[in-house]
Amino acid sequence: MTDLIASAAARATASDAASGAKLRAAGLAAAGLLVFLLVWEVVPRLGLFNPLMLPGPSAIPAAFWSELKSGAWGSAVGSSLGHYTIGLTLGALLGVVFGVATGMSRLAEQATAWIVRVLRPIPGLAWVPFAIIWFGVNRTAAVFIIAIGVFWIVFFAAHGAVRSVERDLIEVADAFGFRRWHERLLKILLPAALPGILVGLRTALGQAWMAVVAAEIFGVPGLGQRMMQASSLLATELVVVYMLTMAALYGLLDSAFVALQNWLLRWKA
Amino acid sequence: MESVIDIRGLSLAFERDGHRTFVLDSLDLSIERGAFIAIVGASGVGKSTLLRVLIGLAKASAGEVTLSTHSGKRQPLALVFQDARLLPWRRVVDNVSFGLEGGGLSRAERRAKALDALGIVGLVDLADRWPHQLSGGQRQRVALARALAVEPEVLLMDEPFSALDAITREGLQDELVRIWRLTGKTILFVTHDIEEAIYLADRVVVLAGAPGRLAADHLIDTPRPRTRSADGSADVVASVRRHLGAEKLIDGAAI
Repeated sequence: MTDLIASAAARATASDAASGAKLRAAGLAAAGLLVFLLVWEVVPRLGLFNPLMLPGPSAIPAAFWSELKSGAWGSAVGSSLGHYTIGLTLGALLGVVFGVATGMSRLAEQATAWIVRVLRPIPGLAWVPFAIIWFGVNRTAAVFIIAIGVFWIVFFAAHGAVRSVERDLIEVADAFGFRRWHERLLKILLPAALPGILVGLRTALGQAWMAVVAAEIFGVPGLGQRMMQASSLLATELVVVYMLTMAALYGLLDSAFVALQNWLLRWKA
Repeated sequence: MESVIDIRGLSLAFERDGHRTFVLDSLDLSIERGAFIAIVGASGVGKSTLLRVLIGLAKASAGEVTLSTHSGKRQPLALVFQDARLLPWRRVVDNVSFGLEGGGLSRAERRAKALDALGIVGLVDLADRWPHQLSGGQRQRVALARALAVEPEVLLMDEPFSALDAITREGLQDELVRIWRLTGKTILFVTHDIEEAIYLADRVVVLAGAPGRLAADHLIDTPRPRTRSADGSADVVASVRRHLGAEKLIDGAAI
């Protein structure tokens, strides 16, 4: 009995210690952020830096509020998320299709080997000239740039994931008479490759966000374009508003994706 | 007795570095309907390969296999692998209904059949678990249920209990005998464990040599339920041991 109580007490202390450590870590992180904001606020105020070139954090909420009220913030966010979503979906779909096809078929892999070798090293942004020539400075061009970057990441992730599906599992499908390619694909290859494909998609999520901003800096309407306008007017507090907006949106998208990923892979140990 | 599988002159060779290596050499074997047959042999003798040929995972180089099945089923045979090979992304019940997909059954019908099969192996309660939540013995029972669910005429088992601890293994052996008597299936059970073969089977077929040939064929008529002592079959054990241990001396040809 005393043993029981003692061990319960020990457990309680252990869990107290664990939650105490967590609390301390959170406290330290908050303190660090506070110091950062303080330094940021003090530097322009002390005249160490021209406040016009670096607005203090206290100037940000008001700038955000007026931008929100004017509707400019909402339409910029809507526009960016629009071509982000379309480009991401397009690139991811094509990447999965071609990655799975070349992962399943040696023939497809060999036939595309040199095409891949030539096109793959071209940075996504090197497509900007053609994007503008073909589509002009508009949403289609942005979608194109985003989709290309996403395509390669997802393509290689899907290809590798399908290639490394255990032979043993494919034999299970064979042993139960599922030998046609689409049966193998749907019953074994896709579910078994899903974890690898999702890792690629998560990387692509971040890559696509960078491509969004890049395309908009070239003039496609959205967060990046609005940020560039603000910068040309030296409305630096607005530039900061949009930088923080990008960080917040990406953080939100990434967290939502991780939640989806955890749900889809809930079968994993 | 009527045979459900007839194997005549079955040979299998792999091409390796330009020359052929035989794994099985002109094997003849008849499997009677409803029998529990154990195939014993050292590793590498081609006993697993035989099952792989029967289920269609490997192609014979020569010889023929005749199936005399009644049901006209898409899948008259089902295989239980040495490792359970459950699909980790499917819940237990969906693993068991795997082989029923594409058979024109509704989702509810498949689930009902899968639950029946899980009932036979005593795991209905775990139907909605994920495979990673099961023990090794439970996983192998789910694999057995997956094979039973397609209602095969012949159950092929490839050393299904060899990776389990002794206690779990003995429990599953007794369960398998119970299921065999309950369902009347023909069972072809590959093992390297002589005691296991003699405890389970009506007939013990010994493969020996390289390439594998039929070295001995014993009927085990010890009445069931059996004890594990194998006292009544001491002569069989001795004979099988002789074939397995001394296969080089007798050149794999003694029957």
